[in-house]
Amino acid sequence: MTDLSSSPTQPAAPENSLLTLNKRTKARNAAERRFKAYGIAAISVGLIMLLVLVTTIVSRGTGAFQQTFVTLNVELLESKLDKSGQRNIEDIKKVTTFGYAPIVKSAMKETVNGLGLQTGLKSKELAGLLSKSAVAQLRAFVLANPEQIGKTVEFRFLAQSRVDGYLKGRVTRESIENDKNISPEQLDLVDALVAAGVIEKSFNLDFILGSDASDQRPEAAGMGVSMMGSLFMMLVVLALALPIGVAASIYLEEFAPKNWMTDVIEVNIANLAAVPSIVYGILGLAVFINYRHLPMSAPLVGGLVLTLMTLPTIIISTRASLKAVPPSIRDAALGVGASKMQSVFHHVLPLAAPGNLTGTIIGLAQALGETAPLLLIGMVGFIASNAPETLSEGLLSPNSAMPAQIYEWAKRADPAFYERAWGGIIILLLFLVTMNTVAVILRRRFERRW
Amino acid sequence: MNTMNMMDKALNTTTTKIAARNVNVYYGDSHAIKDVNVEIDANTVTAFIGPSGCGKSTFLRWINRMNDTIDICRVTGDILLDGEDIYDKRVDPVQLRAQAGLVFQKPNPFPKSIYDNVSYGPRIHGLARNKAEMNEIVEKSLRRAAIWDEVKDRLDAPGTGLSGGQQQRLCIARAIATEPEVLLMDEPCSALDPIATAQVEELIDELRASFSVVIVTHSMQQAARVSQKTAFFHLGNLVEFGPTGQIFTNPEDPRTESYITGRIG
Repeated sequence: MTDLSSSPTQPAAPENSLLTLNKRTKARNAAERRFKAYGIAAISVGLIMLLVLVTTIVSRGTGAFQQTFVTLNVELLESKLDKSGQRNIEDIKKVTTFGYAPIVKSAMKETVNGLGLQTGLKSKELAGLLSKSAVAQLRAFVLANPEQIGKTVEFRFLAQSRVDGYLKGRVTRESIENDKNISPEQLDLVDALVAAGVIEKSFNLDFILGSDASDQRPEAAGMGVSMMGSLFMMLVVLALALPIGVAASIYLEEFAPKNWMTDVIEVNIANLAAVPSIVYGILGLAVFINYRHLPMSAPLVGGLVLTLMTLPTIIISTRASLKAVPPSIRDAALGVGASKMQSVFHHVLPLAAPGNLTGTIIGLAQALGETAPLLLIGMVGFIASNAPETLSEGLLSPNSAMPAQIYEWAKRADPAFYERAWGGIIILLLFLVTMNTVAVILRRRFERRW
Repeated sequence: MNTMNMMDKALNTTTTKIAARNVNVYYGDSHAIKDVNVEIDANTVTAFIGPSGCGKSTFLRWINRMNDTIDICRVTGDILLDGEDIYDKRVDPVQLRAQAGLVFQKPNPFPKSIYDNVSYGPRIHGLARNKAEMNEIVEKSLRRAAIWDEVKDRLDAPGTGLSGGQQQRLCIARAIATEPEVLLMDEPCSALDPIATAQVEELIDELRASFSVVIVTHSMQQAARVSQKTAFFHLGNLVEFGPTGQIFTNPEDPRTESYITGRIG
């Protein structure tokens, strides 16, 4: 009687038993499972894309951080560099870079002979293994250290970009058949010099800190100066967009009357955030350069244009974070007799600060990666050879910016620049990732719960 | 001269603190409060009771002009505090709110330390000249709000970390720290458990000695326990206003009787 399972006459389960799934429940469960599967698929596709992107960038770009160097002992002949022997700096300056070419050639020749290598190459072809910047490097050293004239000094010269490409696998004996810059005999010598330890690949700090170089010297090109350009632009953006953006959002969110005019402003700010950045570029060209006659290619103008572009982002995120502060906090402050402004600045703004900071950093990151508006104000294609030394120079002297530099390298003909473009992307991405990480950490750390 | 002051004071305690004359309030098109006349005495607890949406909280917020921030709100008639019209053009609501402290329905301490919560009002009104005076004000306010013993060892702890009842008493301490003349309480116990409610009610009775207290409540028992005068609002009308004992035992209006016996509301 108590053992129900043994009873064969047990009545069938009722129609609406909870133990069996009815049709609708089954369909609903299936729909939910399908939806989860779609979600997982979408995330997987996204992750795979990200993985492909990162591996491509890393595999193509890391080469730029390595450079091929040739170590030579150079005898700084007094007869060539300082004929008078007076060590008068003005006399030494009269020797142009052309005057240094024979010294480099003979140093190269002596190194090859010293190693007992047999080659039919002429001395010009020997020196051709070095970068065209070698003579300039030598001259700069001599001008800085005139007392070294007459002595033999060890130098590390950059190798020519084809030699660098050969060591990195970009240049092969097949690919140079029609290449006037290098011959198979030169490559034979390179092999021998690599074996002897004269030519070697090593980390190249100049890629990160150096300036861009002309089309003929991809091996000497670096990101450093354009990084300074970006830095000065970001200073302008931060100094202008943060106070203007925060003040505008506080006014709109806390003080402005809610009427059709503020509605129009609100809609337009949202629209401005979606305006293509090149439009800001053309606006900057028209207003700052053609009308106000600010200098072309200057980070100040770039910063002003990017400020215009970043403002909507900062205003929208700051307003969102102000809105997220519960009204009870405002009431509490007003209730003890604080003025509207006191309630905003003592209570609402500190609580909204993390969101506000996050928005600002994300806006800055967006501005840092922006290229299109810079095209129109002349910050693309400009090669600044020296890093700015003062604040005003940094703001007003022509410069490039990191994404503009990458764009510039990517469109140059020599494949050696292609590698540098990818390397530049790695540097830019490192900056962006760092900024976004800081934004996330700030938000986590200062977020208050109530 | 002294005796004159004394006389004045004695007179004040028996006279009206807040007087509302023919007050009408509109939210856009809806007529939220209709022609209300009420006189709130000093050093008494006045309770506003009535069903939800009858306008009692609205009326309370009008007394310290918290509704100024709502654009579509409009008021006609006079509300007098100590004989002065608080809606006079010359009145700055900030100054008014320092004299009429408001305690909200939901405890809303600032996400700052307990000390900062209480010292905020006195600081912005410049009530303390130095740190020692401020400490004194904070301690006095917390003592009067019957929470000093619980928090004296952790004044630097965040106010939001306290329990609900403690938070509400902290908010009361914050409201009385500026030495207001009127303390307005908008359902101060609705978010509290019975024990915390009892503590707050006890506190209200003590505060009567120094302030004129107006309390909005949904609980008729609470109104009966803490107040000396009761006003019954219904659909925006002030139906009946009189001594609490009379309202609860011998109401004049049939609507009041229906409400307190539980037939409407």
